[in-house]
Amino acid sequence: MKPEVSLRETYGKTLLELGMENQDIVVLDADLSRSTMTHFFAKKLPERFFECGVAEQNMISIAAGLAASGKIPFASTFAVFATGRCFDQIRMSIAQPQLNVKIVATHGGITVGEDGSSHQSVEDLALICSLPGFNVIVPADAIETAQAVEAAVTTHGPFYIRLCRPKSQLVYNEDYRFQLGKAVTLKKGKDATIIAIGLMVKEALEAAQNLQGEGIDCRVLNMPTLKPLDQAAIIKAAETGAIVTAEEHLEHGGLGSMVARVVVQNQPVPMEMVSLKDSYAKSGKPAELLVRYGLTARHIEKAVKAAIKRK
Amino acid sequence: MSSQKKRKLPQTSADSVEAEVFSLSASPAALAAAAKKIRRHIVTMTGKAGSGHPGGSLSAVEIVTTLYFKMMRHKPHDPRWPDRDRFILSKGHAAPLLYATLAECGYLPVSELCTLRQMDSLLQGHTDCNLTPGVEMSAGALGQGLSFALGVALAGRLNKQDYRVHVLLGDGECDEGQVWEAAMASAHFKADNLVAIVDNNGQQIDGWNRDVMNLEPFPDKWQAFGWQVIEVDGHNFSHLTQAFKKAKQIKGQPTVIIAHTVKGKGVSFMENNPDFHGAAPNAIEVDLAMKELE
Repeated sequence: MKPEVSLRETYGKTLLELGMENQDIVVLDADLSRSTMTHFFAKKLPERFFECGVAEQNMISIAAGLAASGKIPFASTFAVFATGRCFDQIRMSIAQPQLNVKIVATHGGITVGEDGSSHQSVEDLALICSLPGFNVIVPADAIETAQAVEAAVTTHGPFYIRLCRPKSQLVYNEDYRFQLGKAVTLKKGKDATIIAIGLMVKEALEAAQNLQGEGIDCRVLNMPTLKPLDQAAIIKAAETGAIVTAEEHLEHGGLGSMVARVVVQNQPVPMEMVSLKDSYAKSGKPAELLVRYGLTARHIEKAVKAAIKRK
Repeated sequence: MSSQKKRKLPQTSADSVEAEVFSLSASPAALAAAAKKIRRHIVTMTGKAGSGHPGGSLSAVEIVTTLYFKMMRHKPHDPRWPDRDRFILSKGHAAPLLYATLAECGYLPVSELCTLRQMDSLLQGHTDCNLTPGVEMSAGALGQGLSFALGVALAGRLNKQDYRVHVLLGDGECDEGQVWEAAMASAHFKADNLVAIVDNNGQQIDGWNRDVMNLEPFPDKWQAFGWQVIEVDGHNFSHLTQAFKKAKQIKGQPTVIIAHTVKGKGVSFMENNPDFHGAAPNAIEVDLAMKELE
């Protein structure tokens, strides 16, 4: 079994490494640097770290001003605050002028756990993907996280990277190469395609393995970049005749909605969506919450069977 | 698009740039003349557009004229010159004022002003930095400019550039919580290269500030947030010039210039008249106003 590695810690350490090489990188945080792990950068490169206090809107617009002056700002806080709290600032200060700001939000989804619904970001992808020109990435593991952060530095334009709170089992090997805007086929298959993001990727792989035992041959795609979306990979997935999406997000405006949009416009096939549907979650252990809110391999298996039945 | 060709500005070579820094020697008479031209543009362009915000544009004419024609180091033919002093319009509805000023400086042809708010114009209803040369920030959603300006100021400090950053806020805009987040942060980061100017015309859309949302004691609030506070007559060039000079001298602290102004200044029937916050003069009113501004 592959080891469990923290995406957040990987982010923090990668950011420091990149910051040591690139003087233009600056980092902002809103009183959560020990949780978002930007504190590694803050400690080593304090002159390029701006602690903004509990004032996320201000942080986002400061980041925009830094970007307009040639800097590459990384602004971090929890996903729920990074998006909902400052949506207008992101819209007007970053998206409209297409500034080179990188928002790296941690604590995405319900696996935040015990802190409860106030801290569980379940609408962030819908909000951020609605903004023209944003690049939106949800890494599946620490290896993908490091490369996504690197891609954000080398690619000009606004980025949103969503990371989960818990440590997560590695999906990839060290030789993996992340490509912005490209889906990754993790398993070939012909009966149905499971498209997953974030923590749901390993659940999708587990579901596919279990289904294989029952004679159902599933393709598994990781869709790390939600925007720009890999439409070609989705259209190709439709050749399997059924698609299931899996995400730690509300159904409205999440991965499922985005994939469905491409499917109905190009190659309509039955789809099922494994998501939070239309509800907030509660306090609990991450694993308990995933079971309670229908976000496990078992739920994906059931959804695959339902989709195949509708072929 | 032919209009886009017209918009193209002459390129400057890096060698000759020093000669092209905008003249900083404008006399009081020259400033007054520029201000009058800018006022006339504001009236005619909003009149032609049939919509827009003349009141809060007219109130800040002297502030912006003093900056562009006297205080700021800038090159109209090289709007992205890295060492330029910055002017950031946070109250984005005063776009006609900024456009008229930029045109008078040579950032864009004066003839472009009559396209305000029309399809395919460079001059959007609220400022758009993607389109208009010399516009530093897209604005219109209030409350964001001071934070943005602080980011620009911090970048200047990191880069060891000595440019100064000016940001114009409306007084009504100071209802926004983000302004005070930014006020706190600017003092915390000791941003002495940052100057906020509040166009304190006393009015906002729904009426007088004191009735809509009382800001007083306004200077005390800025002081309590750690700023050097300077109050001036916002229509007096020499007061404004002195204030900007004083702002340059202080170390380790940002400066706010609270400029007492009159909304609609310069056109008798627009002065202190909230009807002209977000409504343009009609053809008859334009004629009347232009007579007053001769």
